[in-house]
Amino acid sequence: MRSPGLLETTGDLAALTVKAFAALFKPPYEVDQWVRQMEHIGVRSLGVASITTIFTGMVMALQTAYSLPELGVKYYIGAVVSKSLVRELGPVLTALIVGGRIGAGMTAEIGTMKVTEQVDALRSMGADPVKKLVVPKLIATLVMLPALTILGDLLGVLGGLVVAVTQLDLSSGFYINDVLSSLTLNDVFSGVGKAFFFAYFIALVGCYNGLNARGGADGVGRATTRTVVMAAIMVLVSDFFLTKLFHIAL
Amino acid sequence: MSPMNHMDTPNTAAPIYQVRGLTRSYGSLTVLDGIDFDLYPGQCLVILGRSGSGKSVTLRQLNGLEKPNAGSVLFDGHEITTLTESQLLPVRKRVAMLFQSGALFDSMNVYENIAFPLREHTDLNEAEITATVAEKLANVRLSGIEKHVPSSLSGGMRKRVALARSLALDPEVVLFDEPTTGLDPVTSATIASLILATRNSGVTSVVVTHDLPLARKVGNRLAFLDAGRLSNVAAFSRRRRRGRRGASPWVKIVANESESVRCC
Repeated sequence: MRSPGLLETTGDLAALTVKAFAALFKPPYEVDQWVRQMEHIGVRSLGVASITTIFTGMVMALQTAYSLPELGVKYYIGAVVSKSLVRELGPVLTALIVGGRIGAGMTAEIGTMKVTEQVDALRSMGADPVKKLVVPKLIATLVMLPALTILGDLLGVLGGLVVAVTQLDLSSGFYINDVLSSLTLNDVFSGVGKAFFFAYFIALVGCYNGLNARGGADGVGRATTRTVVMAAIMVLVSDFFLTKLFHIAL
Repeated sequence: MSPMNHMDTPNTAAPIYQVRGLTRSYGSLTVLDGIDFDLYPGQCLVILGRSGSGKSVTLRQLNGLEKPNAGSVLFDGHEITTLTESQLLPVRKRVAMLFQSGALFDSMNVYENIAFPLREHTDLNEAEITATVAEKLANVRLSGIEKHVPSSLSGGMRKRVALARSLALDPEVVLFDEPTTGLDPVTSATIASLILATRNSGVTSVVVTHDLPLARKVGNRLAFLDAGRLSNVAAFSRRRRRGRRGASPWVKIVANESESVRCC
């Protein structure tokens, strides 16, 4: 069977979006499933999100200090680390690392259900696969990815603080004051807003590829790979346009 | 071919299914090429055919899991091929399906699997659901396994749990997709007995299989699907009588297809 082209995939993703939001607002609201997915998607991603952003903050602090020592940039490390993390690196890295994990997981789970006729079983029992499978994952990702991004931002700034204090002989008060005086609410809204869009792309692509998996274990594997690639590309490409959008809007 | 030999019609009730000119293609491959049949309440139609002949595809048209390229499927007098997923809901409450793999939900235990359609479509409280699940499990001779997860069950047990789940809403029609494929003869016989018990309880059924002992045991109408056409829709008793004088053409075809025949 041929693979769908870009235009067809875009149309299918738009159609799945409409179906998902229609199913989301249609009772009954299966809140227990949403919470279960939040635990699965969010809580279990805490470790990888934390490690990614802590070390990113630490590396940024070091690189900033090492790259331009003659300009005295180390005294602006708090601003550089916090601005970069909150506006850009926090949402993008969290989306790439956590998104790869949860998007692939969604595709593998739904894809396996598809090739073992469990999705057909849902349909044959009059249940809507979009409501049962897609909506809980979409809701959970929309809530948990921005939450993980905020947590990652905090941990990244904390990582920068550790480096500033232990490696660069700055006081913690100086660093924190630099962070607080430079960071604005617009920075936070921009970063969290991006995370919200990234969450939508990741969940949608993960579920879409799962629902369209074909051909047994091999097909599920291919669909999972496709999800990781598609999600990463969508995050990186949309990041450019979202940056422009938030620059204009905020 | 005429859609139905009415001499074979066992009663004068209106057919629950009327299938006319059903055609299904995948690209250039035509799997179903204008098949016709009627199914009357209480009948068990067995569709035999080679692997890849379109038996499962036929079954999936009967509850709207797939749409045909042409033709019509009337269920209880209503066309279902043009219905949306939400419009198909009333049909799917009345028509259950047992999938070839069982299709139990991996993320749920046996209890939750059987309770699923009850929770979706009834207002039963938890105590009533528990009682219904226990009853359905007892009917398939698997009492006490509510807490088991599908991965811990044997193939035969999974099929029986899936049968219990498909009967949870007391459907009028059950579609059986290769119910004994991959099972040993003893387990196959057990499944056949359960299908027969379902038929005897008045449930209309369609069984697609290449298991001839199963077909003989449960079917009271038989058809053979070959090259996209459904042939020899007839009452099984007539087939058996003809068989004593010499096998009818479709039996010969089946018997010659060693890949698809378990035993004759």
